[in-house]
Amino acid sequence: MDQIPSVIVDGVMYSAWLFMAALGLTLIYGVMKIVNVTHGSFYAIGAYAAASLTAAYLARGFPPMLSYAVLVVAAIVVAAPFAIAIERVILRFMYARDEVVILLATYALFLILEDVIKLIWGVNPYFIAEPYALLGSFQVADMAYPTYNLLLVAAALVFGGGLAWLLHSTRAGKLLVAVIHDPEVSRAMGVNVGRYYLATFLLGSLLAALAGAFTAPTVSVVPGLGVDVIVLSFAVVVIGGLGSLPGAALGAVIVGIVRSLSVHYMPQLELFVIYFVMAAVLAVRPRGLFSLAEPRKI
Amino acid sequence: MRRDRTVAVIGTAFVALAAGGPWLPQWAMFIATVAFARGLVALGLVLLLRAGLISFGQALFYCLGAYTAGALGRFYGVSDIFIEMLVGGAVAALVAFIIGFLLARYRGIFFGLLSLALSMILYGLLVKTEALGSTDGFNIAPSTLFGVRPPPEWVRYSVLVSAAAVAAAAALIVHRYLQTPLGRLAPAIKDNEIRVEYMGASARKAVHVKYVIAGALAGVGGALAATAVGHIDPDMAYWTTSGEFIFITILAGTGSVVAPFVGALIYGSIHTLAYGLSPNTWQMSLGLALLVLIVFLPEGLWSLATRHARRT
Amino acid sequence: MPVVLNARGLSKRFGAVTAAHEVSAAIDKDSVVGLIGTNGAGKTTFINMITGYLKPDAGAITYEGRDITPLAPRQITRLGICRSFQIPQLYSSLSVHENMMIGLGIVLANAGHGGFLSRGDAPVPGYGEPAAQVAEHILARFGLAEYRDRNTQVLPGGVRKLLDIALTMVAKPRVLLLDEPTSGVSAQEKFGIMQMVLDAVRAEGATVLFVEHDMEVVSRFAQRVLAFYDGRVIADATPEVALADPEVRRHVVGRLRAAHA
Repeated sequence: MDQIPSVIVDGVMYSAWLFMAALGLTLIYGVMKIVNVTHGSFYAIGAYAAASLTAAYLARGFPPMLSYAVLVVAAIVVAAPFAIAIERVILRFMYARDEVVILLATYALFLILEDVIKLIWGVNPYFIAEPYALLGSFQVADMAYPTYNLLLVAAALVFGGGLAWLLHSTRAGKLLVAVIHDPEVSRAMGVNVGRYYLATFLLGSLLAALAGAFTAPTVSVVPGLGVDVIVLSFAVVVIGGLGSLPGAALGAVIVGIVRSLSVHYMPQLELFVIYFVMAAVLAVRPRGLFSLAEPRKI
Repeated sequence: MRRDRTVAVIGTAFVALAAGGPWLPQWAMFIATVAFARGLVALGLVLLLRAGLISFGQALFYCLGAYTAGALGRFYGVSDIFIEMLVGGAVAALVAFIIGFLLARYRGIFFGLLSLALSMILYGLLVKTEALGSTDGFNIAPSTLFGVRPPPEWVRYSVLVSAAAVAAAAALIVHRYLQTPLGRLAPAIKDNEIRVEYMGASARKAVHVKYVIAGALAGVGGALAATAVGHIDPDMAYWTTSGEFIFITILAGTGSVVAPFVGALIYGSIHTLAYGLSPNTWQMSLGLALLVLIVFLPEGLWSLATRHARRT
Repeated sequence: MPVVLNARGLSKRFGAVTAAHEVSAAIDKDSVVGLIGTNGAGKTTFINMITGYLKPDAGAITYEGRDITPLAPRQITRLGICRSFQIPQLYSSLSVHENMMIGLGIVLANAGHGGFLSRGDAPVPGYGEPAAQVAEHILARFGLAEYRDRNTQVLPGGVRKLLDIALTMVAKPRVLLLDEPTSGVSAQEKFGIMQMVLDAVRAEGATVLFVEHDMEVVSRFAQRVLAFYDGRVIADATPEVALADPEVRRHVVGRLRAAHA
């Protein structure tokens, strides 16, 4: 039972990371009804951009404390052109197609981006430990945890809170909610729906890139980094309810705690439990825990 | 109406392959055998896709079939390729039958995501199961044929002909199924389930049947791949493997039971060729091909072959 | 005449909305019954409950003495209770003929002719001919022969409506529920279409319930009228009596006139 504190601390940290990683996915689905497989690619692009540019920044001897800002700026500057290009050149011509067909298109884009990443950054791993090491560690119940992970938790809260504020308290956000509710009516009322879709895809992709950027210092950045993230983020948003912001938070907490429990008590079931929870939630509430009723058909 | 030449095409292709096979280089035999394995999985996906369903977790049954074949060899000393395929298909069909009660209620994106979750459950279990080699998997002994171990230079050929025979049989069975009144229901389920129900049929049951057939085919394909490659690992259940199968299915289209095997052969060839030419951009070629297909040829490559016939 | 279909005390609520409140109706065999009422009065809910799409919160439905309340739509259809739809429910990727063949295939399969080796050329139960011929006959009867090979997505609205009704014929309905069979059709055409549909259905002897907003059509074809208002049946009588009823005039006829004026 003395493991309980570390189960909680690990669970909270993992939840925060999952929430960050899944936020953009649920935003894009919520607004555009696209299950976006390129989400994992943007996560990887963010991680690579952050790792390579921060390493270059630090190598020139600039103040290490500013490396956190470099992480963020690098991810945004590098990922944004990709997101804009994908939405403008490909996706916007597919909105009339079936949900599953758009999913396949994003899968094709994911395959392409996997190799684009290799062409830009090569296949050798990148390490940037400085932002991680710089902050030292803290103690909970005799266990040491990296303080950087607290930064991740804070970042998750800021992202989630910021997105909620953007959607519910700004004029643009309220219009966006109208677009979600009925794109046709919004278009008829003079709302530039295309612009909202571009903005949403850009924002969702940047959130994925930022999640990758914040994760970069804690891992070695290697090819295939985004592949696992896709399916994990799917699990999180499906559990909470595709397209729901509070759902993503709940899904992240459930998966985070369940995984943490498993790692501490039954490590052989670590991956199994995550997808078992996903399947169980889908079996009982197919539209996730935060979900709306289906409309009547006849 | 055009005369249906599917049976003749399948028969001719099989005879040609069996007769010409010995002159094929070993690597070509390998590519063709793996194409049959993947084609079997894609054939099952075609059945589902005709009813408007995409499974993002067909790797579940592929992997089950492969591990069943592996376990037969490792724990029971069975290496006969037909027994491996039969039992692999049966185990996969049984699992598909059980989870089909749940999955047959789902449509669209939710069918895809639930099948994805189920395949990832198997992946999650296998990577942590040391008795089955965890993430490394394990090797499988070369197969025998009705108790006979062919001479080494004939192993690839005998596996190829066995694969072709099973694939031909599967294609013929599915072709027949598609002509039965319930087999023909697929586009109706895709278009309007309410009407199907109000005509006196159960769309759920029809989907369940298709799911079991697709599962069995994937299981047979997995067992075949296991014995052809000689090695199995948990990546066979990973979502990217399911993605490959969907790729092949989209490439082939749903127009014919022969198409999945042609699609799998094209996929395998592009894969081998592109990987050989440029190991860092082969996925990009695949991705571009898929994107072009989705945008310009949503009915798959097979529609090119039949387009002319339809116009006349 | 014996009662073929008997609904007793059907109630259905959707949250705060009462879609049906103790609806009872005994339908005589081989009769033609008109269902009238404004939109939202509970006519479609009544049809949805009879055919198993909605389960009533209370009450029961019997068909020829058998309780069919718990059955699914497909089981009710197999018993011979068929329906058409307000918005035509067609297979949009298929041709008119293929739409018929899907339905006939299901009928064959339900009769045990759908096995793995079946070629779909067994005689269709109730028709005694192979499905391909039955399809031609039904299409001809509904004046749809010229649209045989057209995709249903490109059909004019009136033709879609007719095909929707023709599709109910594959199972040889004993009771047919038609949800606004003449909606979207010009006033002059309504009579012709109703006549054609009733001729087609009643050639074999069947009970027909139809939802209709045009009181002239109701007076002409219905032997009996069920008037719905606010989830209740407020009149159940011959057309002359029901349409003269002050309640019906206030809640149904007057409102429909106003809505259609």
